[in-house]
Amino acid sequence: MAKAGHPINGAPNMSDLQTLESQTLAAVAAAADEATLENVRLGALGKKGSISALLSTLGKMSPDERKTAGAAINILKDKVGEALRARRALLKDAALDARLATETVDVTLPVRAAAVETGRIHPISQVMDELTAIFADLGFSIAEGPDVESDDYNFTKLNFPEGHPAREMHDTFFFNPAADGTRKLLRTHTSPVQVRTMLNVKPPIRVICPGRTYRCDSDQTHTPMFHQVEGLVVDKKAHLGHLKWILEESCKAFFEVSNVKMRFRPSFFPFTEPSMEVDIQCSRKGGEIRFGEGEDWLEILGCGMVHPNVLRNCGIDPDEYQGFAWGMGIDRIAMLKYGMPDLRPFFEADVRWLSHYGFRPLDFPTLAGGLSS
Amino acid sequence: MKLTLSWLKDHLETSASLGEIVETLTRIGLEVEHVENPADKLKDFVVAYVVEAKQHPNADRLRVCMVDYGAGAPIQVVCGAPNARAGMKGVFSPVGAYIPSKKITLAQGIIRGVESNGMLCSAAELELSDDHDGVIELPDDAKVGQRYVDFAGLNEPVIDINLTPNRPDAAGIHGIARDLAAAGLGKLKEHSIKHIEGKFPCPVSVKLDFTHEDAHLAPAFALRLVRGVKNGPSPEWMRKRLKDIGLRPINALVDITNYLAFDRARPLHVFDAGKVAGNLVVRRARAGEEVLALDGKTYRLDTGNVVIADDRGVESIAGIMGGEHSGCDETTTDVLIESALWDAGNIARSGRALGIVTDARYRFERGVDPAFCVPGAELATHLVMQFCGGEPSQIVVAGAIPGTERAIEFPFSEVRRLTGLELETSEISGILEKLGFGLMAWATNSERVHVKIPSWRPDVEGKADLVEEIVRIAGINRVVSTPLPREEQAIAKPILTLLQKRTRQARRALASRGLVEAVTWSFISKERATLFDGGAPALSLANPIAADLSDMRPSLLPGLVAAAQRNADRGLGDVALFEVGQIFKGDGEKDQRVNAAGVRRCGARPSGGGRHWSGVAGNADVFDAKADAMALLASLGVATGGLQLNSGAPAWFHPGRSGTLRFGPKNIVGWFGELHPRALAALDASGPVAAFEIVLDELPAPKARPTKVKGRLELSEFMPLERDFAFVVDRGVNAADILRAAQGAERTLIADASVFDVYEGVGIPDGKKSVAIAVTLQPREKTMTDVDIEAVAARIVAEVGRKTGATLRG
Repeated sequence: MAKAGHPINGAPNMSDLQTLESQTLAAVAAAADEATLENVRLGALGKKGSISALLSTLGKMSPDERKTAGAAINILKDKVGEALRARRALLKDAALDARLATETVDVTLPVRAAAVETGRIHPISQVMDELTAIFADLGFSIAEGPDVESDDYNFTKLNFPEGHPAREMHDTFFFNPAADGTRKLLRTHTSPVQVRTMLNVKPPIRVICPGRTYRCDSDQTHTPMFHQVEGLVVDKKAHLGHLKWILEESCKAFFEVSNVKMRFRPSFFPFTEPSMEVDIQCSRKGGEIRFGEGEDWLEILGCGMVHPNVLRNCGIDPDEYQGFAWGMGIDRIAMLKYGMPDLRPFFEADVRWLSHYGFRPLDFPTLAGGLSS
Repeated sequence: MKLTLSWLKDHLETSASLGEIVETLTRIGLEVEHVENPADKLKDFVVAYVVEAKQHPNADRLRVCMVDYGAGAPIQVVCGAPNARAGMKGVFSPVGAYIPSKKITLAQGIIRGVESNGMLCSAAELELSDDHDGVIELPDDAKVGQRYVDFAGLNEPVIDINLTPNRPDAAGIHGIARDLAAAGLGKLKEHSIKHIEGKFPCPVSVKLDFTHEDAHLAPAFALRLVRGVKNGPSPEWMRKRLKDIGLRPINALVDITNYLAFDRARPLHVFDAGKVAGNLVVRRARAGEEVLALDGKTYRLDTGNVVIADDRGVESIAGIMGGEHSGCDETTTDVLIESALWDAGNIARSGRALGIVTDARYRFERGVDPAFCVPGAELATHLVMQFCGGEPSQIVVAGAIPGTERAIEFPFSEVRRLTGLELETSEISGILEKLGFGLMAWATNSERVHVKIPSWRPDVEGKADLVEEIVRIAGINRVVSTPLPREEQAIAKPILTLLQKRTRQARRALASRGLVEAVTWSFISKERATLFDGGAPALSLANPIAADLSDMRPSLLPGLVAAAQRNADRGLGDVALFEVGQIFKGDGEKDQRVNAAGVRRCGARPSGGGRHWSGVAGNADVFDAKADAMALLASLGVATGGLQLNSGAPAWFHPGRSGTLRFGPKNIVGWFGELHPRALAALDASGPVAAFEIVLDELPAPKARPTKVKGRLELSEFMPLERDFAFVVDRGVNAADILRAAQGAERTLIADASVFDVYEGVGIPDGKKSVAIAVTLQPREKTMTDVDIEAVAARIVAEVGRKTGATLRG
């Protein structure tokens, strides 16, 4: 560093100070890295630095000189110190930026799929959860029973006379007879759960009974195993008008439409009297079924007032209590709501089908959040 | 049940359109499955006249005809029928017509070099009969150009009703007409059935040969002989009606029985009296007895079947099908007419056991009108004499026509009670009366009546049945939708049981771990059930739908492994599936459990598997399965404090890479591990497959607590500190035992212990392994000094050494 000329004795003149200042600040500004900057600092403010040397001359001055020159030198020292700090911070930032600039990766590289992305809930489970949400709100509880049933609960108590053609319509799976001659069967509907409920619970009763059911029937639209949900209300006043309301409200909620027209046709089931089948209004434009609009009708469920014989068989006085019941296929209403064209793939566990028609793990249906959205 | 409009109009005076009738039938519970008009598929065929027929120049068997079908000049048609000739009238299909039997639309053609512009048709081509020997010949008065369906009267829609099993009366057109009349669609025509005086005693007697207990099998049997009949084709109108509904006319005597089955829901049988040996006896069949039935098949009977026999043997299977031997044909001169009553349940069982479906069985198993037994015989006699002449005997009736007098006490208020529908009593009475119910007023009470049930309605037993009759005719659409809110007007209460809740949570928890939910059959093959400790006789189906779906599953794993393999066979080998569902330990109701199980095949690991730029993940293993099982328990809120884990699991798991989870010596809650290669082979599957199965019913319930308040949270203000220990132990020592021992050394101070390294190899003696653990110490009251820490460390080393034989690695 060039030495500014100054008297050996006496105070430095102002122009020397200005030269020193401009030279030192220029050196600070010119330092390209922290090491160079440190050398500049040592050259100015180090033990043998130029500004330190000036400060050491103060002791030899007269008080007047010292007063004037001291102030000027200290101002210079502060200025240089500030410039060094600012430059250092700048160089640090630049060094960090330079390092980070070398650390890039290809963020388009694919990550492994998260478990929660690949996992799926089967449509049958999802629909059962949807029905649970709807009927819990209407004050129904969930009743369940065994798949392996007795003839008594599956047929006799439900007013199916022995040998009646209605029994034959059920295509029942039987187990081999036991030593005592009785034989169990696979329930052909979830109605035995209604029997079990009525035998065990004193009215008022409000339950839905979802579960697996079986019939030895297999073709395009039937599988030997399928799922049903039935509903049962028994109290002292439940009548057909209430049944209509429950069905209308639950269908609207399930299909998530604001209105749905229903058509009730008289029919026959041994366990209800009067009995009806119910069609719902729909449109089938372009192969897609939509509810709450259109001119077509689609059969969706069977229902009726619980037959007095059934109430009696379950220890309930049909002159004191009355009630209604209905039943429908869970697989079927799932197909209708979500547009699966065939039933058979429900039980084939093809992950391509399950990934497409299944539901995400955290899409738990609630009334507050919307069943399916 | 099929009927045509014109046949219906025999019984119903109505001006209603087909559309109104169809709509009303469905509305009142006689659901119309479909309406088919044969004219629809034959609409293009017309009556044509063959002006000229010449030999085809290039084919001996063909003729070239000029045909006039009423559409301008005659056109040229090549025809191969031997009977095609000039001057005849036939059925012509012009170019562009659809030929139902061939499922083609007719185009112009060149046949052996000669142009042909249409086709003269055989009956087979129109699907009218099997006759394809020649073209149809029409009488001279047929009008050229007229549609053939109009000429032949084929324009007759057939209504097919899906009849519910409770309505035997509607298995006859008369009964359907009665319902329609009640619904306001016209007036029922009541034909009086005249008694025909017998000219001589019936020469054949009938004996009902039953024990007292069996008497219900054949309550009554009416029989009459008509002698000197001339059997032949029945009149054209009857043949047409039978054909319209899909029956094949046979001869007058047989056609009459078929006709009355549909007209009046009254099945009858006719025997050729000349072939009946001696008298008739009605009895249970003898085991092994055989009969050649009218369908040409021989049936082997047993004592469950009821038969009509003569001195020769079985002549007819009661209520189901007659025998070939005494059937009526053109040679019959003396005919025995049977009109009988059978037990509905017995006919249903017999028919099912023999595998015979007939119109007679269809009606008897629903229950025929007992009061119409003798009138049915009279009506048949009338038709026999009308078509075939002859002289009738008196009617003999074996047994007795059962009484059908039944009445129900019916309060009008029952309609409102069960349906909420308010109807005037006059409307209620009107509906019942039109349906044939008799109403007898109650002297002292105008609010209720005695309702007499007509003999043809065995299904009506009580008040609810009457309400159904009233509401179906009045119209269910009139029932007003009425809100049925919750009993308690409050926020809805929780309704799920613990198991129901856990079943639902289990699905979400497992799906969150990347497993896809499958629903597989509840039944599997006996072989596979046995492999998984199932296959007990009590859980084997007597009538499985397929041999590989014969036994109730004892585990969810066989179904899941098979499902994973099916996906692998489609090229998706890395699959992770789970199922939450029932398994069966026995046929009692408590033997059904809810299990949750999952399989991970090949690279289907929780964090993704297979090759990836970030590194190869390898195959799913025992620890993935363990992680699934543990995550499931945690998600279900199962307190795992008492959970014990032992190595080893049932035989379908790898013996060295599997574990059992239990909450006590007997309370096993599940298994996890890699599946045994032999088990996979037995399931026709390849692997590796890691799997777990948890019995949800067996999981301990959370402790009942009086409030929802969670236990106090204690947070220390002192820093936790961690110390590492490397132990050398025998290879067989479980890591869990080392951790448990370490934690037991100082319960208040040690917050956690975990394994961070396991090593076997150079530097470690044979048969030994190094297990390095990290122990977290949490000071509670004061900062620990080095002396404190050393003391705890020494206790840990001592305790682990004492419990597991471990030494600190030097």
